[in-house]
Amino acid sequence: MARAVSSNRKLLNTLIAWTIGLIIFFPILWTILTSFKTEAQAIADPPIFFFFDWTTENYSVVQERSNYMRFLWNSIIIAGVSTILGLIIAIPAAWSMAFVPSKRTKDILLWMLSTKMLPAVGVLYPIYLIFIQLGILDTRIGLIVVVMLINLPIIVWMLYTYFKEIPGEILEASRMDGASLKDEILYVLAPMAVPGIASTLLLNFILAWNEAFWTLNLTAAKAAPLTAFIASYSSPEGLFFAKLSAASTMAIAPILILGWFSQKQLVRGLTFGAVK
Amino acid sequence: MGRITLKKVQKSFGSTEVIPPLDLEINDGEFVVFVGPSGCGKSTLLRLIAGLEDTSGGTIEIDGVDATGLPPAKRSLAMVFQSYALYPHMSVRKNIAFPMKMAGLPKAEQEKRISQAAAALNLTDYLDRRPGQLSGGQRQRVAIGRAIVREPSAFLFDEPLSNLDAALRVGMRLEISELHKRLDTTMVYVTHDQVEAMTMADKIVVLQAGVIEQVGSPLDLYHTPRNKFVAGFIGSPRMNLIEGAEAAKHNVTTIGIRPEHIAVSGESGDWKGVVGVSEHLGSDTFFHVKIDGFAEPITVRAGGNVDLHYGDTIYLTPQADLIHKFDGGGLRV
Repeated sequence: MARAVSSNRKLLNTLIAWTIGLIIFFPILWTILTSFKTEAQAIADPPIFFFFDWTTENYSVVQERSNYMRFLWNSIIIAGVSTILGLIIAIPAAWSMAFVPSKRTKDILLWMLSTKMLPAVGVLYPIYLIFIQLGILDTRIGLIVVVMLINLPIIVWMLYTYFKEIPGEILEASRMDGASLKDEILYVLAPMAVPGIASTLLLNFILAWNEAFWTLNLTAAKAAPLTAFIASYSSPEGLFFAKLSAASTMAIAPILILGWFSQKQLVRGLTFGAVK
Repeated sequence: MGRITLKKVQKSFGSTEVIPPLDLEINDGEFVVFVGPSGCGKSTLLRLIAGLEDTSGGTIEIDGVDATGLPPAKRSLAMVFQSYALYPHMSVRKNIAFPMKMAGLPKAEQEKRISQAAAALNLTDYLDRRPGQLSGGQRQRVAIGRAIVREPSAFLFDEPLSNLDAALRVGMRLEISELHKRLDTTMVYVTHDQVEAMTMADKIVVLQAGVIEQVGSPLDLYHTPRNKFVAGFIGSPRMNLIEGAEAAKHNVTTIGIRPEHIAVSGESGDWKGVVGVSEHLGSDTFFHVKIDGFAEPITVRAGGNVDLHYGDTIYLTPQADLIHKFDGGGLRV
């Protein structure tokens, strides 16, 4: 039976939920608002919320000072290619772990996850040196490989959880029905796993897009994505909050819009396995 | 054709032997039921025949051809799973068509077989639905439909009725038996329910710990169980097995007597006892009678209207010629 909830209680719950939601969203809202202020209004005390002279000047200055499109393009290439490459490696890996597990499968999964527990800065030096040796410092290829590798454990885990949910008997039934391995994947597994693969792809794209540690440390000018673009506005010559906000808004806008339209998939992806 | 011969078939998982070398002959057109308690290896045996598990030794012949190394699809067998294992993203029509699509059958032939199967299984109105929109019984019919259209040389059923409620189970049991009579194709059926085994089988294979305890017709097994295990497993309610002094009178370790082979009297008889719990089924009543010196209560079948109550003293007399006798090793004497 559903638990009875009084209407007062419901109202309270709604209020609490909205408050938490607004608190979480507030920094982003503030950034967006600030990006439309003048520099003076941006640092005004007390702060001004809505009643200021809205201006888009910051955006034109930012666009003039730095080539936004180049950073955006780098972000798209790095996040996109690393995600697709990651999926190409992770799908067969997760497949074999879910459907033909060996004695060591659980250990391998845990080991992969344990690599995420290592502080990234611990391997910065060796990776930096390797990048210099290979001559891939400040290149998109170098970043694609690193970003793909750091997200790979998460993709494999997510896909593994999805594939585990597909009953083995269905695949066995397809084998009995005469399906070859190719048919089995094409007609049975893939259609059943599409929602899982899609949300893994989305989440990984967002993670790769937001990746700042490696992109900041391994790029200079050529391969720098939007994370580096934002960072370039926190210059030693003093912070220009309005411009920094405009740059940040421009950097997060694409991923925010993508996230908004795919929120259903994302939520399903993140809570998968929690409820059957 | 659908003759399946198992020769010294054996299966181990690591160092655990689940099926010691085993021989079995399944004749063309036979309805064979593998029955046994949970974990006795009956499903594993079926999966070995299907090719879903590899044998650790021995050979499996289907219609005289060695099929031991063949992949499942090449064995000309169709299987119905306990969980139905339907493709959730396909309509009923596409589910049934799938094996034919894999076999590359012409579209017209596919359509013809789909409508025949749908008509036979009362699925015509549901062809365009997804499995998720069907009831358990309908899903099971789709799974059977998917098996029929392949026109296999034998059907394999892995506890197909376990997920259905009791009423539906009886109905589907009859439908499967009817299907067997109509198609006249070999069927190998796995169940832990001995009532299913008794009502459907031409031949029952009783398994325990991977070992075949007895093979025979349902009535063979019922009347002449080869050992104590089969005696206790086949028949519902189960045979009364009595050890100790009473068995010693017959010069054996254990005697067995079925509930319907015991006469009840209010005045005199071989065993004096007190009526315990009774189960009224309408047509019959089963009394559990406690008798001094017996380790377990004796189950007795009586008519539907016998007037006996909890605590009444009664006398029981087993029919002497229907007493089963077993030696110390559990074998029939």
